Amino acid sequence: MKKILFWALGVMVAASACDKRVSDRTADLPPLQPANQDLNAGSWKLVLLSRPDSFPVAAPAATNSPLYVADLNEIKGYQAHLSGDMQDKIKYWSAGGVLRWNEIMRDLMAKYNLPPYQNADGSYPVPNAANPFAYPLFPFSNPPYAARAYAYVSAAQYDALVACWHYKGVYNRPAPYRVDSTVKALAGKSTLPSYPSEGAVLAGVTAEMMKLLFPGEVASIQQRLNDQELSLIASGAATRSDVAAGETLGRQIAEVFIARGRADNAGKAVGSQTDWNNFVTVTQSKNQTPWFSLETPGRPPMLPLFGKVKGFLCDSAAIVALRPGPPPSTSSDQMKQATLDAYNTIKNPSREQMRIVQYWADGVGTFTPPGHWNAIASEDFVKMNYSEVRWARNLALLNMAEMDAAISCWDIKYYYFNPRPTQMDPRIKTLTGIPNFPSYVSGHSMFSFAAATVLAHILPERAGAYTAMAQEAANSRIYAGIHYAIDCDAGRTVGQNVRNYAVNRAKIDGAE
Amino acid sequence: MARLMLIAVTLIGLLPLTLKAQTDEDGIMMNKNLLCAGPSYGYSSWDHYWEGTFKRNNQNIGTVTTQMVGVMGTYGITKKLNIVASVPYIWTRASAGTLHGQHGVQDLSAWVKWLPVQMQLGKGTFSVYTLAGGSLPLTNYIADYLPLSLGLHSRTASGRIILDYQLGHFFTTGSATYTLRSDITIDRDAYYTTSLHATNRVDMPNFWSFNFRTGYRANNLVLEAVASNMTTQGGFDIRRNDMPFPSNKMNATMVGAHFKYELRNPKGLSITGGGSYTVAGRNVGQSKSFDIGFFYILNFSKKPKK
Repeated sequence: MKKILFWALGVMVAASACDKRVSDRTADLPPLQPANQDLNAGSWKLVLLSRPDSFPVAAPAATNSPLYVADLNEIKGYQAHLSGDMQDKIKYWSAGGVLRWNEIMRDLMAKYNLPPYQNADGSYPVPNAANPFAYPLFPFSNPPYAARAYAYVSAAQYDALVACWHYKGVYNRPAPYRVDSTVKALAGKSTLPSYPSEGAVLAGVTAEMMKLLFPGEVASIQQRLNDQELSLIASGAATRSDVAAGETLGRQIAEVFIARGRADNAGKAVGSQTDWNNFVTVTQSKNQTPWFSLETPGRPPMLPLFGKVKGFLCDSAAIVALRPGPPPSTSSDQMKQATLDAYNTIKNPSREQMRIVQYWADGVGTFTPPGHWNAIASEDFVKMNYSEVRWARNLALLNMAEMDAAISCWDIKYYYFNPRPTQMDPRIKTLTGIPNFPSYVSGHSMFSFAAATVLAHILPERAGAYTAMAQEAANSRIYAGIHYAIDCDAGRTVGQNVRNYAVNRAKIDGAE
Repeated sequence: MARLMLIAVTLIGLLPLTLKAQTDEDGIMMNKNLLCAGPSYGYSSWDHYWEGTFKRNNQNIGTVTTQMVGVMGTYGITKKLNIVASVPYIWTRASAGTLHGQHGVQDLSAWVKWLPVQMQLGKGTFSVYTLAGGSLPLTNYIADYLPLSLGLHSRTASGRIILDYQLGHFFTTGSATYTLRSDITIDRDAYYTTSLHATNRVDMPNFWSFNFRTGYRANNLVLEAVASNMTTQGGFDIRRNDMPFPSNKMNATMVGAHFKYELRNPKGLSITGGGSYTVAGRNVGQSKSFDIGFFYILNFSKKPKK
């Protein structure tokens, strides 16, 4: 009997001793210590700005001036009484501003990636940018929305940091701990000039972009900005004047991107009932079975006019040129066979197939497939100790490619308006929700192969791993029962073609 | 991308509860060297659920049905110390929409049940039982697939106290249980709760459960009304139109009735059964469930030598 009680106690202790503290993979990173400061980045090719000095930044006060001494006294005051909370924030932000803002963006995408609940009459409300706090919250950050949002933030961060590097070179003001040896360098030391502060440039540009992309988060992001800027100052990495100049520059450059975003056709991508009906009639006129929503009540297709959005890399002619040939006719034997194949794949899925489906699903309430590739890229970039400007450049290349992949993919999907396997055979049950838009070509395949091939250009030693991941992501949609193999094969080809636009830019942007 | 808005089933409370209801929550012990074991079947379904506190249905899943076949046994080490163990096989299914059902062996659960106090109190008998138990997933079933996953795939450890009072054929039993749950590993490597987590580990909330039963109890017949509640300590609400997640706050209050009848012939065979209905909940389905079980008592005592 004692033995049994002992055993029972053992079970209790074993279970309670299980680690209940789950921590993020990037929670405990050391301060970013770039191997190369990329001091020439002020001359790198810009995305939207025509010149790095489009927005003037005034010369800073001399380091022996009373203004600068006051700046140093602020730092010393914080450092004399650093709270545990402040130390945590310094540690968090010192891992890298581009990384942290990218993680914050991924968090927002997941938070807002929820399809609106239906109205009582079975119609669906549309999020309204003018009233972001009313249900349904604006935005619904579905994959195309997210791809565009990541691209705008990354491209704006990149242009802003190129401008920042330009002025760092012009003014060459050293970091506070280099001017006064009693200032501690709590976020690591660097030889990079500190005016304007690159961290504050990132905070300013990203916070400003929220006005366009996540208008309901302006306040929460402003708090993050305050945290980052205070961390920069308290850590001794930058003075108040470095930070103020950086934030202003970042916000000014964001305005250029916001102005573009307001006119890039994304606001019209939801379309109207007339547009939705038109897809059906055009498809029927080609003697093809048109796609319909498999949701109940039927939901209008996701952002059907997103294919008309203006890309950063591809113009509208390039988007048309990227279109692959049509899928097999919906009445063909080939399509019947493909549907049967889809059914046979899903009938008795293995646990490994389920794992792959779930790993890559990136559906409702997640940061979407482009977000997944941002996570993959970020975790590799951490190991590379890039400068902030190179971090931004690499993520901008990735995310501009992902946005253009979304534009091209949505163009193709609504050009062919092809049904999902389950529409052709209702016996096909799925291992994840069926996306509410046409089947051909697979978005996951396009996003993944565009991302994998762009990343392979940046980190050639990882090319094999990226290709394997992209292929697994593409396969996951077949295992899930939501795509034909044909959709994924075509998506791979188009995704790889989108890559060329990004890589052609990368080769001439001055960073290689 | 999204279309199916899915729902949490009361996986922790639902079928395992009906399966184990007969002996790990009651005031009955097996005598020394007796094994009471047998198969049982449980059926549970719901078409409404609580998304946080918002009650709704969902035409993209229709009615979610869970069926269970289990084996369960109670063995008397002594008259005051019993071991209870069970293993269920579970099938899940949604009647509408396209989501693929699941089936498979779920968790082994085991309890040590001890009767430290049994005394006359007034005209009746007052008993205190203490239990320690745990559960262990037996297969690598998928947890992050609610509402159609077989379970939450957490290892658990529980402590329970049961107070029982019997007066003639009338009895009343109350119990409180605290269950610790281990973290789980899911197939994704990032997920959102109230913020984004860049990990495949999920911190699972512990929970309290309470059970109250009262009715008629004689040697060969038990008829009882049952009320139970499960309250998660922590966890988060499903957001509007989001998918459910294993670490959601899952609360439920259920009422029902149960019986146990021991046949005179063949001697040692008993039938149990009952049903319950979820009257209140949070991030769970409003399930109706019933179960039936057959148990046979085997005597492992060495025959006394004459």
